[in-house]
Amino acid sequence: MNKTISQIQQGLAKKEFSSVEITQDYLTAIKQHNPAINCYISVTEDLALQQAKAADQRIASGNAQALTGVPLAHKDVFCTDGVKTSCGSKMLDNFVAPYDATIIENFKAEDSVMLGKTNMDEFAMGSSNENSYYGIVANPWDNERVPGGSSGGSAAAVAAGLAPAATGTDTGGSIRQPAALCGVTGIKPTYGRVSRYGMIAFGSSLDQGGPFARTAEDCAILLQTMAGFDQRDSTSIVQPVPDYSTSLGNNIKGLKIGLPKEYFAEGLDAGVASVIESAIDEYRKLGAEIIEISLPNTKFSIPVYYVVALAECSSNLSRFDGVRFGHRCDSPVDLEDLYKRSRAEGFGEEVKRRIMLGTYALSAGYYDAYYLKAQQIRRLIKQDFEQAFKKVDVIAGPTTPEVAFKLGDKTDDPVSMYLQDIYTISLNLAGLPGMSIPAGFSQGLPVGLQLIGNYFDEARLLNTAHQFQLSSDWHIQTPEMK
Amino acid sequence: MTLKTEDVRNIAHLARLQIDDDSLDQYTSALSDILTLVEQMNEVDTSGIRPMAHPLDATQRLREDAVTEPNLRDKFQAIAPDVEKGLYRVPKVIE
Repeated sequence: MNKTISQIQQGLAKKEFSSVEITQDYLTAIKQHNPAINCYISVTEDLALQQAKAADQRIASGNAQALTGVPLAHKDVFCTDGVKTSCGSKMLDNFVAPYDATIIENFKAEDSVMLGKTNMDEFAMGSSNENSYYGIVANPWDNERVPGGSSGGSAAAVAAGLAPAATGTDTGGSIRQPAALCGVTGIKPTYGRVSRYGMIAFGSSLDQGGPFARTAEDCAILLQTMAGFDQRDSTSIVQPVPDYSTSLGNNIKGLKIGLPKEYFAEGLDAGVASVIESAIDEYRKLGAEIIEISLPNTKFSIPVYYVVALAECSSNLSRFDGVRFGHRCDSPVDLEDLYKRSRAEGFGEEVKRRIMLGTYALSAGYYDAYYLKAQQIRRLIKQDFEQAFKKVDVIAGPTTPEVAFKLGDKTDDPVSMYLQDIYTISLNLAGLPGMSIPAGFSQGLPVGLQLIGNYFDEARLLNTAHQFQLSSDWHIQTPEMK
Repeated sequence: MTLKTEDVRNIAHLARLQIDDDSLDQYTSALSDILTLVEQMNEVDTSGIRPMAHPLDATQRLREDAVTEPNLRDKFQAIAPDVEKGLYRVPKVIE
């Protein structure tokens, strides 16, 4: 079950297999391996087979579209009409979404098949997928290790061959970090590129949806369907969507790649560093020009992020009050008791910590010291990137400071967990697009190379990633599934 | 920065979260750790820097004042914990 999206498209077009057959293959693989990996919260078997059957009819009638009959998995943060949308939380364990997120609508309009909804850290808060109400997700390369988070289920599903591709969301690295730790390809687009309508909000000025797949070529296909202006998302940007697939083959000779010195400093594991250096050498061979750059405010991205993201999360999650939907406590004595107990019972520990810290940062007398200060430094972080992109076309470096860590290793120390996102969160603060692609192995575990692009330069990122994948085979390596 | 358990009790109230006395210490220490991390921000001189509210400095779009959403009350209330005659029920608020 290691087919790419483009191989599935070709197979369906040449009638080598039907959508029902390929969908059934994935459902069978899910039944066999999901108990060990736990990457799915819901498997929508009946719906998938029904959609596959309809897709086969479309193909037979000669009306197939790009994704007709292609099976996909969606992160359980995206609302799916009539299908449970839990966001990894007990709070929404009983929530059957009454509408589709825009990206789900887009995928439905192209007749793709939904295999199920993937596991995730509760409300997308976490870097290890250990914060899900539905249990931890195992890394398919080593079941004793984390898959990364928060889109850990999506990354693990693709790595394990339990979906050819999946959607995810990235607030501080939640696509790129699990892609790196699971050895798959993932892209977080520019803020405003993909609609956030129906994507359950965590940090509204940071959240952005994007795809996971085996290859950059597949990510281009999926992003094509996901990207575009949506008037239902007030932060969506009016900007034409280029054809991401046509530029994949562009020669990258002369491409200027910047290496931020701050990304290769203290804290980076030596094994990861050496894999990244080899990947950079590969780009040299492909004709790219490598230039050292500096992003001096990098170290402040973590404190700034934890103020901005947590303040926004405390505000966003105030909607979960036990009144209109979601968990409600038994026999509340008054309205305050209803709110307090419903929320205390419905949210997990990390979510409560983050809500409380965000509430504190926004409370009277502290707003200027925390939120306003953070938003000011955020502009400095953005300016660092603007300076860098005057000199280079793309920025490269490690996605994460180390390979997948052991389950339970960092759960007692939230701050050490937060430091895992040191190379990824500055992009969310600046709103820039970024990718992670498999670059090699350290200690037998995948290492991700992060590529950072200028605003709305996803096509160049995908091109840069694709050229690397044409001359390397790290992205087609798969873990042995027992 | 170190918070006191009393601070955390107050924050939990503001956030409308019921926190047991048994777990107050644990939250107090975790939140204090995060605040210590956050205090690194004080090393940066931000005088005169305009706060950044949107990565692309976009402003709110305006649209025609027209009805765009259908009434889906029944569908939305089908997933509510407690409704009666089209209204959401909560414990008595006014005596």
